[in-house]
Amino acid sequence: MQSLSNRKKVLEQKPMNFWERIYLPAIVKGLGITIRHYFKKKPTVKYPEQERPYSKNFRGQHSLKRDELGRERCTACGLCALSCPAEAITMTAAERKKGEEHLYREEKYAAVYEINMLRCIFCGLCEEACPKEAIYLDGSHVTAEYLRKDFIYGKDKLVEPVFDIQKLNQKQSS
Amino acid sequence: MAVEQLEKFTVTIDGIPVQVEPGTSILNAARQIGGDIVPPAMCYYSTLEGSGGKCRTCLVKVSKGSEKDPRPMPKLVASCRTNVMDGMEVQNITSTEVLDARKSIVEMLLINHPLDCPVCDQAGECKLQDLSYEHGVEQTRYEFERRTFERIDIGDKIQLHMNRCILCYRCVYVANQLTEGRQHGVMYRGDHAEISTFIEKAVDNDFIGNVIDVCPVGALTDKTFRFKSRVWFTKPVDAHRDCPTCSGQVTLWYKGEEVLRVTGRKDEYNEVHDFICNTCRFDKKRTSDWVLDEPTKLDKESVITANHYNTFQPIPVIKNNPELQEANEEQLARTERLK
Repeated sequence: MQSLSNRKKVLEQKPMNFWERIYLPAIVKGLGITIRHYFKKKPTVKYPEQERPYSKNFRGQHSLKRDELGRERCTACGLCALSCPAEAITMTAAERKKGEEHLYREEKYAAVYEINMLRCIFCGLCEEACPKEAIYLDGSHVTAEYLRKDFIYGKDKLVEPVFDIQKLNQKQSS
Repeated sequence: MAVEQLEKFTVTIDGIPVQVEPGTSILNAARQIGGDIVPPAMCYYSTLEGSGGKCRTCLVKVSKGSEKDPRPMPKLVASCRTNVMDGMEVQNITSTEVLDARKSIVEMLLINHPLDCPVCDQAGECKLQDLSYEHGVEQTRYEFERRTFERIDIGDKIQLHMNRCILCYRCVYVANQLTEGRQHGVMYRGDHAEISTFIEKAVDNDFIGNVIDVCPVGALTDKTFRFKSRVWFTKPVDAHRDCPTCSGQVTLWYKGEEVLRVTGRKDEYNEVHDFICNTCRFDKKRTSDWVLDEPTKLDKESVITANHYNTFQPIPVIKNNPELQEANEEQLARTERLK
């Protein structure tokens, strides 16, 4: 039959000649390749001590962001959950009380915010849908757990820690 | 006799002819045709007498006045307040002038309207949101401070966010026409105008809850539903009950097994025809209070339809396998011991 792609290569099978039959030249050639690779740069890294850099647009574990005053940006508008194709996100909204203005940016906030990391496919649609720039998939890989229920990440794991310049300075000086 | 002999007027809206009764407004004639050519309306409400003519979103171009006087009308007219004439030709979406005007109207309505849709409970069923999505510009050009008000509680069940009000007067007409003894109106003029009760007096009338339903934006919202859930996570189901004061025809908004709120039944133009009483709206929030009719029919483009099944009991996603469940439990017990 005629090939459609014209990229077909026809293999010719012939009986081996004398040099091919004694195998020695092929063994020498093979050893040559092995020895050549011995001096080349190694493509693997020694993982636990050494880590590969993440690419800039890597999407890992979610984090719920705070604004410049350390208040939570999320207002529980539900657009991330709406856009989520895997239905991994759930939330419960609550109203900000008087005196909590330093904790939450808007009058409504997410009292409960849960992402099921087993359902999540790390597509980044929640990040795109968020009107408040509150959620980013900027973490590393989600770690393994023993139990299914431990994969449901609540606010304790998702909300980023409050930025403290003094702590950062201490860390740098020590 | 004379009534029967009244001839029907023929109007052409965007090239589609329709026969209507004399005295029909252009908007209602367009609604008889239906579809994309219906001008949007923020203030007109068919069941409220005297409503309309305030928001100017329903502006259309009359390119031919009538058969007898074919001159076009000099300016764009509000279709909810202009009655049809025989042989009238109207342009709505076919006229760029109208679309430009509508864009400017949306921009003007949004001058003082805060962009707090992520917080607002009306988001998802808000007419202004739909309108600005379709006709609005992406950026605001307004650089001055928006007018702001404190939240006001009207009674213990209704909350007024004056920030979001676009002064459509619908709630005022509801208070005027459905309730005896009006306690609610628009105060001040022009840019200072605001809806209010007289000296923030609590409005207690059996039908006052309808101001929530008629409000096209999130200015008047149900306090019992405040921040409970976003609209698109709830599932609307039509239901009825024998109510001594009202028709009892409502829509229940379910989240799981729980009724989060009760509203009147809205038609495709977001208008309620059978207003419901406060008892139905605020006090009957159990399934046992109601006779369920059917899941509410929604526009397929509406965000409320997202992730909804159109049946009462959707078929289970996973087959119930007791053998497997038992094995999983055993496995769980084993791993727990290891930890």
